[in-house]
Amino acid sequence: MNFWGFSIAEARVIDYDKNDKSMATAMTHEAPASKLCIGCGGCTATCTAGNLTEFNIRKLQMLVKRGETQEVKQNLHKCMLCGKCLLVCPRGVDTRRLILSLMKFINTQNSNF
Amino acid sequence: MNLEGKRQIWKDYQKEIADDKYYYARSCIRQTFFPGSEWAYLDILGHKLGKTVLDDPKHTTCTGIGYHSDVVPVETIMTIVARHFALMTEAGFENMTPSCITSFGIYTEILHTWETHPEWEEKTRDFLWKATRREFRKPKNLAHTSDVIYKFRHEIAAQQKYNLTNVHTGQPLQVVDHIGCHYAKMFPVKGIGGAEFPAVLSGMVSAWGGESIDYPERRHCCGFGFRNYLVLANRGFSVANSKKKFESMQPYEPDFIITNCPGCAMFLDKWQYTISEMEGITYGKNGYGIPVLTYEEVAALVLGYDPWEIGLQMHQVSVEPLLEKMGIDYDPDAKYKNVRGEDMGVPACPTYLKV
Amino acid sequence: MSVIIIGAGPAGCEAASQLARNGETVELIEKECETGGNLNNWYQLFPDRKNAKELSAFLRENIRHPNIHLHLGCEPVKIIRQSGQSYSVHLNDGTQLQGNALLLTTGFRTFNARRKEEYGYGIYENVITSVELENFFTNHHIQTSAGKTPQRIGLIQCVGSRDEKICNFHCSKLCCITAVKQAIELREMLPEAEIICFYMDMRMFGPGYEELYREAQEKYNIKFIRGRLSEASENREKQVIIKAEDTLIGKPIRMTLDLMVLMIGMEASEGSRHWAAQLGLYVAPNGFIQVKDPHFATNQTNIEGIFVAGCSSSPMNLTDTLTDARSAAMTIKEFLGKNDKNQAEIKIN
Repeated sequence: MNFWGFSIAEARVIDYDKNDKSMATAMTHEAPASKLCIGCGGCTATCTAGNLTEFNIRKLQMLVKRGETQEVKQNLHKCMLCGKCLLVCPRGVDTRRLILSLMKFINTQNSNF
Repeated sequence: MNLEGKRQIWKDYQKEIADDKYYYARSCIRQTFFPGSEWAYLDILGHKLGKTVLDDPKHTTCTGIGYHSDVVPVETIMTIVARHFALMTEAGFENMTPSCITSFGIYTEILHTWETHPEWEEKTRDFLWKATRREFRKPKNLAHTSDVIYKFRHEIAAQQKYNLTNVHTGQPLQVVDHIGCHYAKMFPVKGIGGAEFPAVLSGMVSAWGGESIDYPERRHCCGFGFRNYLVLANRGFSVANSKKKFESMQPYEPDFIITNCPGCAMFLDKWQYTISEMEGITYGKNGYGIPVLTYEEVAALVLGYDPWEIGLQMHQVSVEPLLEKMGIDYDPDAKYKNVRGEDMGVPACPTYLKV
Repeated sequence: MSVIIIGAGPAGCEAASQLARNGETVELIEKECETGGNLNNWYQLFPDRKNAKELSAFLRENIRHPNIHLHLGCEPVKIIRQSGQSYSVHLNDGTQLQGNALLLTTGFRTFNARRKEEYGYGIYENVITSVELENFFTNHHIQTSAGKTPQRIGLIQCVGSRDEKICNFHCSKLCCITAVKQAIELREMLPEAEIICFYMDMRMFGPGYEELYREAQEKYNIKFIRGRLSEASENREKQVIIKAEDTLIGKPIRMTLDLMVLMIGMEASEGSRHWAAQLGLYVAPNGFIQVKDPHFATNQTNIEGIFVAGCSSSPMNLTDTLTDARSAAMTIKEFLGKNDKNQAEIKIN
């Protein structure tokens, strides 16, 4: 507890101007079909990990697109790579490739430090 | 920004404001934090504009703070408001002019509720009679005191001693206006200029020679929010709203903020100190804050009132840089002296905010 | 037997041409100096990107028929229903027309975007409507108010539609696909720009529409964010700062746009409103003229002998407008035939 008993809250708004979109660029490059998502949530409904954890693949790739990468990094590893989401996607998004491309991007970034 | 587009909107949001004989309803917050502000209003109306205003000692809080904090039930606040109307009626007045934005919002909301649900009016009359044996007539005209000053802005300009110009550069002062949420967001038609492009304060600013700034977070709430601010645990997101506004207005280098809401004036003024202590950030030039003035204080300065007479020493953010810009003749040594010329003591200095 | 048609937009022209080719005499009234109506404000049409002028010319060519009397620059001042099945229409140029049936093809008007005050149209310099954007396309040139090439453009859907605040409960149907089409056209002109559509639902109801939406995402890299624009403001650089919720993420989102395009919805035109009131036609809650039955009698009104086609009864795309006009022509033809037979029977009796 500080002197004031509170601290100034950080905005939870997506600050699209300031967010870094390099992860999104990498994802679109490696898995171009990610552009086709229409947000139906079929992938999330059937997800092995999503039924037991906070992992939400539909939301995750949207967060990537908006540059909200912190949440993505925290959740990505929960994917079990079973590929069921790939089967249900009505727009043919290569979800498995999408996940792998994000992992690759994060790993490359980490090795740079 | 296209002013003509705004003018078109303003045409849709004009309201009737009585031109004399006002029953005055004081504000809890304003008279506590900026008592000189309400005094200045009464003095301007009475002595400069020659209007009759009744400042009734029998009048109480409207309980709006309690109502918006979920501790005062609607039946209670309606009965208290009914008592205000009864006092007004008994004094032979018909025009209600609350000084507080939230009181104004509450009066507006209650009158509207009684119109759409007459059974509530009947019930309230009954409560009031049982509790106080009083009866009331509804106000013929309801206007916020900033509406009244807006109405007489040109009369005030005609008597001005100073105007909102930087005497050193000859340029108009850059002014940010902040309208209390309960002024027009609930009932846009009850506010001059509506809710999106309010004109009540910017109209005063331009009439007195200043230039109004329309910055991106202009419409955003200051974050007061009653229960949110009152509960310590919620204060962090309450203050964050003021911070958001300061960050948005800072690039425009405003000379001061003018507000019509007592809570907002207190918030925007005091939070600049809090933010500076917590994060070391200040929003004015050279470590100063951005002065925050009520419209009554601005009107009083324009009319040549002494800054300390209208209580500007009660402000957290120093007003001196503004007084210098306006070329106002004031005695820096009199800042902390009372009416008898005795020293009241000087407040401690903030760590970062220059005063 | 003759038919009086009020409004020579696509519906009026198509109905006139169909009736004329089937032997009826048509009095076609248009208040403007040319036919085409709102179509004249469009550059290219969805889904096939046909030049609007091409369709306009086609319709104009079709009404060059000896049975069609075109009254350009004329407005009815008075319509009188006479005994029997006959209407007398007085025009402002003094002409008096007689007809056995009346067809209202008075169309729609676009929503006045100023009414959405919080979007700042008419105040912020870089807020334009979808109709104004068509104008940019016609001139093959797009720039901000400061003459710069926009780097980020937002297309805002449902402006004046699905909005109780401005008393328009209805969906204007076309704005979704218009946004997709315009986003693609923008991309073709501005390969580097970021183009984002803000939508509440993507209502891709027509043939080829969903396909075009997909193409917009895949080939043209148009981004879609589900969330309604809450408010806009202007910064010192005259850019537009917008606030919406990214509803599929569940967080508010804010961003700066160099240009904001409002996809304005459709409302019943002044003509539709005026004549519905004058003639005693039922009007639906959304302000459009109510048809007699939503399945069996889509061109009839509550008054026998008065028909509607196109956007006087509801928002429609051009495909449906033209189909509706042909349907109206057929309905009127049948009505006139019955009338004719009745008249003949009366004479025999």
